[in-house]
Parts: sequence; structure tokens; C-alpha cells
Amino acid sequence: MQPPAEHVHWLFATGFLVLGLCLLAEVVVGTDVWRLRAWRAYLWPGMAFALGVLMWPVMVFYTNSTIHMLAHGAWAEVMTFAGAVELARVRGKLRSSAWSLAMAAAFLVSGLAFLVHEQNAWFFMRSAFLHHLLGWTLLVASVFPLARSVRPRSSFAAAGFALTFVVIAVMLYCDRDVAPVFGHISPLAGEQHR
Amino acid sequence: MNAEFVSELEAPARSTVRARVVSALGPVTALAGVVWAIVQPYRITLLHPDGESFWWLLVQPPLLVIAVGLFFYFAVLPGLLADLEEGRATSR
Repeated sequence: MQPPAEHVHWLFATGFLVLGLCLLAEVVVGTDVWRLRAWRAYLWPGMAFALGVLMWPVMVFYTNSTIHMLAHGAWAEVMTFAGAVELARVRGKLRSSAWSLAMAAAFLVSGLAFLVHEQNAWFFMRSAFLHHLLGWTLLVASVFPLARSVRPRSSFAAAGFALTFVVIAVMLYCDRDVAPVFGHISPLAGEQHR
Repeated sequence: MNAEFVSELEAPARSTVRARVVSALGPVTALAGVVWAIVQPYRITLLHPDGESFWWLLVQPPLLVIAVGLFFYFAVLPGLLADLEEGRATSR
């Protein structure tokens, strides 16, 4: 009953897409309107926290090397922490906008983990390409949560933050086990699936 | 009688730009999933099942994208539009 690795990517993509849509909606209607209902206020921080918690079983059950375990473990830690911080901010336990730095740190650590644990070159196969792309995307996109910590009311930073999750979701949905990328696949990658 | 007040009462509830944009999020997402399914029909194994397991039948990206769009449209949007309209009415 354990899902294949690519399905785990797709399920996480679904979580990130929900996150992205909720954040985009919050940007459009404004935080005051978005938080008029308690369940809605907790929806995206709760989802971020849940995704962090779910990374722990990923670390345990999908570890095929030490570097994978370290990368998945680092993601689990920073995602859980950043989700918890956002939950505490909605609850009112944490008030300083500097706590947005927790999400910036999550982006940075996740980006580095993606880049460090991908041992193959960009065009080795699709998953290698996407790991590199995801890593650099997260590193660059960490400016958005960073900007939110400095200018919490910036619509540009909030929209960039929201769209980052949508872009990450698209990349994760594109992930497949052994597949070519732009016609490239290394003979060392193994037999192509479909 | 204040004519302006009457015209406001009779005017149909006009969607604001914000309401239109936020209303489009779910349908656009679901539409993206449908287009994806049409472009890559082999991902929808439900259409031609051949002994696939649960994961390969039901957990496919186009289906998940459509599900997210529908979730947002039916679960999140109605309350959000009501609150947006309420906020607009309060600010009048």
C-alpha cells in the first residue's frame, strides 16, 4: 500500500497547489477578509505544518542513501518549524513580522537540500533536471518571505510568495521516476517508464 | 426619496474585480487539469485500466489538479465571496 516515490511527489504537489491557491486568494481579497473565518485563517499555515509533518515518514520510508535521508530530514525540520511559526502567528502568539524569516530559512534550506542531494547533472533525466530547477527556484524565491519580514504589507512580496508554491507544485507534478527531459536521458538512468 | 439610494438598491449585485479574480482561481485550476488530461490522456489510467494498483488509477496529476480546483471552488470560495461582499457593504 506504500505509494511509489513519484506519487509522493504528486501528493506533495497537491498540497503545495492548495497552499498556493489559498495564498493567492489571500493576496486578492486582503488578509483582513481572508481571516474573517477562523478555519480559513488556519488553512494554509495548517497545511504548511501538515506538509512538514508528512515529510518525516518520507524521510523514513523513501531513503535510498545517506544524503537523501539528510536532505529529507532537513526539509522535514524546516517545513515543520516554518508551519508551526505561521500557525503561532495566526493565533497571535507571535507578533513580530521578523518571524517570516522562518519561512525564508525553510526556502533556503530546502533549496540547498535539493541541490546538494541531487548527485547527477541537469540533463541526466527528468527528475535530476527538476531537482536542480526546484533547488534554484527555492533559493531565488527565498527573497519573497525575506521581503515579507521587512515589508509585511507588500502585495508584491505576498504574490511572489504565493506563486512560488504554485510553481513548485507544477514542477513536482512533472516529476516522474525514469523519464527524459527535453529529449535527454542518460543510458545510465535505467529503463524509461512509458 | 433619495434617488441615488434607490438606484443603489435596484442595481444588481455587481461583482468586484477582486471577486471575479478570486472566483476564477478554482475553475482555471480545474481547467488546467482537464487540458492536461486531454494533452496526455495516457496519464488517466482510469480510462483504460489494465490491472493498475490504486495509486496508478486514482493518484494521477491531472486528476489531482482538477480535485484542487474543485475543492477551492466549492469549499473555500463561497464563504470568501460572502465575506468579501459583507466587507464591501460595511465599508459603504
